[in-house]
Amino acid sequence: MSYIPHTEAERQQMLSAIGVTTIEDLFDAVPASHRFPDLNLPEPLSEMEIAAEMQALAEANEHAGDFVLFRGAGAYHHFIPSVVNHMLMRGEFYTAYTPYQPEVSQGTLQAVFEYQSMMCALTGMDAANASHYDGATSLAEAVTVALDATRGKRNKIILSHAINPQYRAVLRTYHQGRDLKIVGDNGHADIPDLIDMLDDNTAMLAVSYPNFFGQIDDLKQLADKVHEVGALLVMVVNPMALSLFKSPGALGADIVVGEGQPLGVPLSFGGPYLGFFAVKEKYVRKIPGRIIGETTDSTGKRAFVMTLRPREQDIRREKASSNICTNQGLMALAAAIYLSLMGKNGLRQVGELNYHKAHYAAREIDELNGFSVDFSKPFFNEFMVKCPMPVQQINDRLINEGIIGGYDLEKDYKHLKNTMLLCVTEMNIRDEIDALVDVLREVK
Amino acid sequence: MNFPSDLKYAKSDEWVRIDGNTAVVGLSDYAQDALNDIVYVELPEVGDTFEKGAVFGSVESVKAASDIYLPVAGKVLEVNTRLEDEPELINSDPYGDGWLLKIELTSEADTSDLMSADDYAAYCEDR
Amino acid sequence: MDAPQTIEKTNALEPLIYEISTPGRIGVNLPKCDVPESDLPTELMRDDLKLPEVSEMQVVRHFVRLSQLNHAIDTGFYPLGSCTMKYNPKINEDMARLPGFALLHPLTDTAGTQGALALMYDLQTWLAEIAGFAGVSLVPAAGAQGEFAGILMIRKYHLDRGDAQRTKILVPNSAHGTNPATVTMAGMEVIELPSDSDGNVDLDALKTVCTGELANQIAGMMITVPSTLGLFESHILEVVEAVHEAGGLMYMDGANMNALMGVVKPGELGFDVMHYNLHKTFSTPHGGGGPGCGAVGVAERLMDYRPGPVVEIIEPDDDAPLYGLVEPPKTIGKLKAFWGNFGMHIRAYAYIRAYGASGLKDVTRHAVLNANYVRAMLKDTYHLPYPRICGHEFVMEGRFSDVEDIHALDISKRLMDYGIHPPTNYFPLIVKEALLIEPTETETKQTLDEFINVMKTIAREAHETPDLLHEAPHVTPVRRLDEVKAAKQLVLCCAPVMKSH
Repeated sequence: MSYIPHTEAERQQMLSAIGVTTIEDLFDAVPASHRFPDLNLPEPLSEMEIAAEMQALAEANEHAGDFVLFRGAGAYHHFIPSVVNHMLMRGEFYTAYTPYQPEVSQGTLQAVFEYQSMMCALTGMDAANASHYDGATSLAEAVTVALDATRGKRNKIILSHAINPQYRAVLRTYHQGRDLKIVGDNGHADIPDLIDMLDDNTAMLAVSYPNFFGQIDDLKQLADKVHEVGALLVMVVNPMALSLFKSPGALGADIVVGEGQPLGVPLSFGGPYLGFFAVKEKYVRKIPGRIIGETTDSTGKRAFVMTLRPREQDIRREKASSNICTNQGLMALAAAIYLSLMGKNGLRQVGELNYHKAHYAAREIDELNGFSVDFSKPFFNEFMVKCPMPVQQINDRLINEGIIGGYDLEKDYKHLKNTMLLCVTEMNIRDEIDALVDVLREVK
Repeated sequence: MNFPSDLKYAKSDEWVRIDGNTAVVGLSDYAQDALNDIVYVELPEVGDTFEKGAVFGSVESVKAASDIYLPVAGKVLEVNTRLEDEPELINSDPYGDGWLLKIELTSEADTSDLMSADDYAAYCEDR
Repeated sequence: MDAPQTIEKTNALEPLIYEISTPGRIGVNLPKCDVPESDLPTELMRDDLKLPEVSEMQVVRHFVRLSQLNHAIDTGFYPLGSCTMKYNPKINEDMARLPGFALLHPLTDTAGTQGALALMYDLQTWLAEIAGFAGVSLVPAAGAQGEFAGILMIRKYHLDRGDAQRTKILVPNSAHGTNPATVTMAGMEVIELPSDSDGNVDLDALKTVCTGELANQIAGMMITVPSTLGLFESHILEVVEAVHEAGGLMYMDGANMNALMGVVKPGELGFDVMHYNLHKTFSTPHGGGGPGCGAVGVAERLMDYRPGPVVEIIEPDDDAPLYGLVEPPKTIGKLKAFWGNFGMHIRAYAYIRAYGASGLKDVTRHAVLNANYVRAMLKDTYHLPYPRICGHEFVMEGRFSDVEDIHALDISKRLMDYGIHPPTNYFPLIVKEALLIEPTETETKQTLDEFINVMKTIAREAHETPDLLHEAPHVTPVRRLDEVKAAKQLVLCCAPVMKSH
């Protein structure tokens, strides 16, 4: 096997240096009754054969290279400049470990520091960490910070039902061992209803911005109300929407979490993605996971290092607030490269393309018989369409025309019958939108 | 190492100076030396009450973080706010400017498990 | 940003991306809007966005230069214990970037994801076979999340049986920090167990706990095999039996699975649940900190508790079965959005496909051979606290009885001057000045010999010219850092961003 370089002569030299006769002798400590079992696995393949087999598997999928995609609901198809992948493919980045030894890891450390900076710029927060597994686990870990920030004296968590249902499920999985009151999301309480639930036992209130339905809720009064009772405002955001809309910091958020996948990370069937986590200065020392700080070396040169380490599991062990170790570092690098390329003007331009294309599609669809678009709140690049028949039936027709239609909201929200969540991004050219509208027009 | 004789010491390395029904609490010279450069201290809010032996805060250096335990039960009257910006005071002056809390004793102080300076010095010697 | 930042070139290895920003510069060409424009909701919009303004080539040069400041597997030897820094095959990267995978939306209808699901199904099956388990869930995103899944499964298993009082998890004092941290996250309590002089779990202490008054509160035990010291637990069967007798379940931390493939199946030893680190054993890259995959394997009694979804055949057919995503009936719930770090599944699939059964056995055999060779060649130069045959890694002490003030850290930093990444230092915690060395199977004898020579040279320098070590590293991009300053002053983002708040 080519990845194992040993020759027979070398093996013998090494065995004799160790003082044993065969490699098997090295495993004497393993119980003899269970030693050297058979492995029932397929025969090894050459690189050519592997590529052929896996290409066939890949091509068996209906993907955005072959199909026109109008589905989002937590994962978004955006343009990724070639530079991003070329930089990620550098072995110096992707075959490095966590930068525990800063003298030989300044590349990773500075890049993540820049990522943290750009996430702070986007969210309007003071500090961001080096990443979590995804948006859902970022939200789950925000709960721990809120409980800690309210000194363990409160146990009520208010969630908007318009947060991604998967994120809310993950939050509940994470905290099943704790005595928490998680409320607010079992009906369809709107922002004012959530405000009514606030009390002095509330540790945090979380809303989504835009919400899972693509809408921008009116959050003007929210932060003041949350802070009045001493709770934390957590916002789950789509970072791409922050190209246009007011930053969560400006809206008074204490913690901002979300899915960074739209920033240069491919769809990849749901992962690896990028959980981001940003906070106001007050909560910096409570952030779970790794964080990079600036310092100097012994000669006075600027350098970067993982800081606030004692809070982490390898030092704090059972007293650590989170067990996170491996994160999504390479995806944070992707976001840093993406945001550098897009820059201030490019990101704004992408945001506007999303906005205009989504609104064009929405207006066209709203004019079709039997379809109506929910224009009750402003939206970014996703919107709800009430359809004349079950969403699955419509999507079955669309796929025959090479189109992957919107997400069926009834799967998660029983009251949203026949309601499709459509996503339009800069990747959808006008012809594709018109083709979608044409197919829908024929649906009866 | 310096262990003033007018103080009582806990096994978890806090000192307490009891004066009537109030007390001042800090970290011992041994603790500050073991932790090395202290970079952050987390302290409770005025008005919080704690049982004897309860965790009331934590102290961080670059390589370690430790909980701090209250040697006697009490209600927090004052916290040393200077430590927010100058946590190194614990290193430079653990019994003076580096104090942590002033508390009001909530019951007769139970000091039966606390050590005298000499006993504490011997205890540190053995570690 | 209002004006370009001036750079103090002498003071920085590479300017920050914000420091080379110039107002009005563009790094990407985007298409014109091809639909009628709509009114933007100005009252909801932001007026500031502090992102850099740089050209495409500036971005390329910046990140290429940054990359050159890293040590990586692709640039040099990386014997970082407990991390399994083996070669990451390039074909794996190409496979993960196939459009059929990279451009596949996670919420695509089942019929349109059959290739991806078939891949996941096969990977589940193979991983289960390799470690001897009834089934696998690929969902956990990292080892720590796999541990969390495992402990939540154990917790729920006891709760369902009316054993709510089983809240304690035994953890050896040699354990990785994620183990105790995981227990706390799951709302349970750690009972720490001592190690004996051979580096095994202290069996007497274990039996005392398992037969004592806490026995009916024991939910389970977490243990790493081979241990974090790189040693096979010689009485592992007795450990498993003692915990099972007490009614607890056994969790194996599979971080060291590179020592076990084709040697022993943890499921056959009696383990109930284990996590695999695809980013260690199965060659998916570490990415400078992530992403990983901490898939979990379980014995029959925990099958229904696995984190969902798992891939199952929902419509059998000899030629083309239909695969689907299924939630196990008593699942602990969702651990992340969607179905796991699929990109890592692809790479691990390609890796196992390249090796097959005989190849994976060879991986382990050579990983253990390499570690023992280095151990044997250094045993007269450095003190080995556990002088016996090791697994895929071994621990030695980074100090000398006849030289004061040389620490594992000094040896580590000096290694950098020779172009070698330091071993893991100060872990496991139970060894003073620990240096944990894991060469992996993909290194040649020549590289190992070079490393051995360098380690011997450093030992000589420690005695003759100790300041060379104290002041090391000398030739790296930066020297030792002021970590106190970093922790006190907390500069966590670039100045232009900070100033804007």
